[in-house]
Amino acid sequence: MKNSHPVAQFPSLPAPARGSSESCRATGQPRNRATHALILTLCLLAAAAACRREQRQLRRSAPASTRTGGIVRNAELQPGQPWPEVTVRNVSEEKAYDVNEGQRLYRAYNCNGCHANGGGGIGPPLMDDYWIYGSHPENIHDVILEGRPNGMPSFAGKLPDYQVWEITAYVRSMSGLVPKNTAPARTDHMQTKISEQSKKEEQ
Amino acid sequence: MGVGGWWLGVGGAEFQSPTPNSLTLAFASYQDALSPAGPYAGTIAGIWWVYLLICAVVWVLVMIGLALAVRRGRRRVEPDKSTASSAHGVRVMTFAIAATVGILLAMLIASIAAARALSPHGERVTREILVTGHQWWWDIQYLDERPDRIAQTANELHVPVGERVRVILASSDVIHSFWIPNLHGKRDLIPGYKSILTIQADKAGIYRAQCAEFCGLQHAKMAFIVIAEPKEDFERWLTTMRAPAPHPKNADQQRGQQVFLMTSCVMCHAIKGTSAGARTGPDLTHVGSRRTLGAAVIPNSRGNLAGWIADAGSVKPGVLMPPNPFDPDDLHALVAYLESLK
Repeated sequence: MKNSHPVAQFPSLPAPARGSSESCRATGQPRNRATHALILTLCLLAAAAACRREQRQLRRSAPASTRTGGIVRNAELQPGQPWPEVTVRNVSEEKAYDVNEGQRLYRAYNCNGCHANGGGGIGPPLMDDYWIYGSHPENIHDVILEGRPNGMPSFAGKLPDYQVWEITAYVRSMSGLVPKNTAPARTDHMQTKISEQSKKEEQ
Repeated sequence: MGVGGWWLGVGGAEFQSPTPNSLTLAFASYQDALSPAGPYAGTIAGIWWVYLLICAVVWVLVMIGLALAVRRGRRRVEPDKSTASSAHGVRVMTFAIAATVGILLAMLIASIAAARALSPHGERVTREILVTGHQWWWDIQYLDERPDRIAQTANELHVPVGERVRVILASSDVIHSFWIPNLHGKRDLIPGYKSILTIQADKAGIYRAQCAEFCGLQHAKMAFIVIAEPKEDFERWLTTMRAPAPHPKNADQQRGQQVFLMTSCVMCHAIKGTSAGARTGPDLTHVGSRRTLGAAVIPNSRGNLAGWIADAGSVKPGVLMPPNPFDPDDLHALVAYLESLK
């Protein structure tokens, strides 16, 4: 009795429903497929709308004179309770154009004169997993600006800061430390090693 | 064409009598493939006119034929199947096919003859110039057997009037195309490859040239100027270009040189005779003598130079030269020094 009540209330409901599903099975297969295709297309379009093209900054703002804010440590030893490690976020690592600019500047400013294409020579290699002065962006940024004993020149005052960050991003890409979607996949010159994009991340 | 060339003292006005008439004419030929200033552009313009004439005549005849056919088709009520008429049709068709083949063959022969005339093989040239395309400017080197006699400049090509000159074309990054409409056709600059183009200017004057292959953001603003001048003027200019940069003459210029050598300028630019020797940006040894800045985009004036140094991106968004926020006194001194590099 309980069950019959709603059926009695809507007596015509089951019949047309069954009827329509039958007609679908009999004649509506193509329409069904078309509906699926439409839904799939709409989903793909919606997904495509979510794609965001990398925004390239055409006008560089004047380089900031700020450094990394005095939080760079070149030694692990600290008196008392050690501060947690603080790492600067290098926005250039998140932009493929910037990392590629770093690659171009690496040659333009003759970094490869000493570090070769990352393999080292007069200077230490940059594509291995050994870092004398640390592998964090702020470490590399400061090495470029300050210079280091035994040959690394100081580029302070010679480069706009945004370019130092771009070169920093490229140097880290040689060790696979930047996202794969921004690391350079090829060079503009003779290919001498596997691309930065294919480089496995070093620990 | 040629509007916008007014600030260069354009097109022969400098070397010919500056009558109003010659000035007006010069304006028209500033950048114009149909006002050839040399034999190669003359050949190209010639074949252009031949093609235009033939195509115009053929087009007019076809249009007349079409109009006649439309009129006849309307008048006729029944199709005519007599043998006389079909023989007439065959004759007309044969004539039309023969005329088409003949005209196309004549055009082909004219085209091949023009291409032969433009071919650089076996021509004697008086000098060789290496032009390297960069994003977005032109590096220009006057080659010489003696390395100390090589002259380097940028975005301004000087050629002696009446002499054949070989231009060797290279690229440092992407494909560019070298095009001086008044002197020759286009020739691509391909990375890792050297193309050759022989040019000759018979008319003294200033002509604008333009990159003719899309090469990135500022492709449209990758131009240079060609100055065709009498041989003596050209030789004098080349001797100046070979020389190292003049020394600073006063305290202002001296400070400017210090600013140049101590800051970011020295990372990309070269000034012969100083410790600046970088090859990333244009050679500035005689930048004060050039007529334009930023690859023939703005006239070379004190204010434009200061503005270009401070923020080149305001003129060419995306340009590789970074903004340089100098102290006003330093910028003033730097501009004074660069202006003195004649």
